[in-house]
Amino acid sequence: MTILDFPFMQRALLAALLVGMAAPAVGVYLVQRRQAFMGDGIGHVALTGVGLGFLLSTSPVWTAVLTASVGAVLIELIRERNRVSGDVALSVLFYGGIAGGVMLINLAPEGSNANLQSYLFGSLTSVSPEDIRIITVLAVAVLAVTLGLRRALFTVCQDEDFARVTGLPVRALNLLLAVTAAVTVTVAMRVVGLLLVSALMVVPVAVAQQLSRTFSMTAALSIVVGVLVSVSGTALTYYVDAPPGATIVLLAIALFVLVGVLATPLNRRRARRAEAAAAEAGPTRVDDVHVDAEVPGAGTMAT
Amino acid sequence: MTRLQAPVARLIGGTASLGGRPVLRGVDLSVHPGEVVALLGANGSGKSTLVRTLVGLVPLTGGTIELFDTPFARFRDWSRIGYVPQRTTAAAGVPASVREVVTSGLLDGRRVLGPGRRGRAAVDEALAAVGMLDRASDGIAHLSGGQQQRVLIARALARRPDLLIMDEPMAGVDLRSQEVLAGTLRTQQEQGRAVLLVLHELGPLEPLIDRAVVLREGCVCHDGPPPRAVGQHALPGHDHVHPHDDHTAHRAGMGLLS
Repeated sequence: MTILDFPFMQRALLAALLVGMAAPAVGVYLVQRRQAFMGDGIGHVALTGVGLGFLLSTSPVWTAVLTASVGAVLIELIRERNRVSGDVALSVLFYGGIAGGVMLINLAPEGSNANLQSYLFGSLTSVSPEDIRIITVLAVAVLAVTLGLRRALFTVCQDEDFARVTGLPVRALNLLLAVTAAVTVTVAMRVVGLLLVSALMVVPVAVAQQLSRTFSMTAALSIVVGVLVSVSGTALTYYVDAPPGATIVLLAIALFVLVGVLATPLNRRRARRAEAAAAEAGPTRVDDVHVDAEVPGAGTMAT
Repeated sequence: MTRLQAPVARLIGGTASLGGRPVLRGVDLSVHPGEVVALLGANGSGKSTLVRTLVGLVPLTGGTIELFDTPFARFRDWSRIGYVPQRTTAAAGVPASVREVVTSGLLDGRRVLGPGRRGRAAVDEALAAVGMLDRASDGIAHLSGGQQQRVLIARALARRPDLLIMDEPMAGVDLRSQEVLAGTLRTQQEQGRAVLLVLHELGPLEPLIDRAVVLREGCVCHDGPPPRAVGQHALPGHDHVHPHDDHTAHRAGMGLLS
């Protein structure tokens, strides 16, 4: 018997493959606009949806998709209104999500701590054929949005002020990205669990951006890394008794460290070469790195 | 000067506030086709807010905006406007190449999916105009401040805009980038396109400026030919390298006005 002879392993590997693609595909945009924490927050809110599903005895995946989407839209609206002071409002939302989820699961007739565990940390081997159908549909939708609209999403996440002046529907794109992230979180929760979802969205991107200078290359590489760690991590749990979510995330982090160690001298050489090229092109560089005291707080676009 | 043509941008009695503090107190401003207009003033005079209001990034609390003879609320033709935001850093959280950033300038409300094949020529042209074509595949984070500024100008130029709006494009850039900026102003002028740019001081760009509008405390206090520079700012080869603390900013503002 090999690993692929078991239907439950087939389903687990397929789920891992889909999640490994979808999570970094969304994550790259969140990292691009420095919102790596967003997946974490949505994951917290989604727990309330899971609890709601238990309480109503319906599929927790659908209630989680709905709740996480509402939460993601709220997060986006808070971010849009208060670029500076939004973080307290966001934390309240995140804690509320976790607390609400734990409370609802406790109230549900068949709810138990074991159930809670499987959503918090993932439980790949219990993925049913019905789950696989939902995961496939949602993952395909996530990939369609993130790949199909990549130019517009890149423009908005690179420089939101500029994007607004291009006439792009910035708000609609932001809300679409938020809902897409929410769907991804829900899809990934069966594989890595709600508490580790964000890792699968962020760490592959962190690995990829050490090796790439362009956005498209970073996005493509991060999907490759996502698939690599989630499939190999899942396969590993067939041979070793280990929790799949934690295995996948630790593999990704190991890759991050490994690539970091290997890529640092490479990047240093590349930077030196770029500097040499710049010096050749313009020997008249005078006050190039002069910091302008007029711009308070680099990183904010506010004036 | 083509005063008889309708202005490409017009603000009438504009007021705006930031965080409850009034920043613009009834500003009139118009930019005509083929005109290069410099917006001057000390720190906090509202010049940056004024251009951000014109492009819709800061809401008006009073007054009206017309862009290309269309009331702001009905204006959809954003491809005619090229905007260069005040640069903090051109790099975001994920690496991006110079070409990718400039290509993002081709999108607008009608081209959400991307520019297609024809866009490549526009991007090459814009990159060549700012002398960055040979750096097209480099990562934006590896560029110097002046080079990043040139990339942001190229992103706006790729749209072939009838009105180019630049917020402090001279802040902390090297000599080569100042030349590129001057060339951009000249080309826009020759093509009968308009430029509105926020400057801290006129400096080497002075001969290219058709009109200067000076703001003080949210009001227009000068609108006409560029004011003569005096003091050390008028000396040839003067490089604006002193820190922009309130004291010197005030002095620069006074120099412009006298």
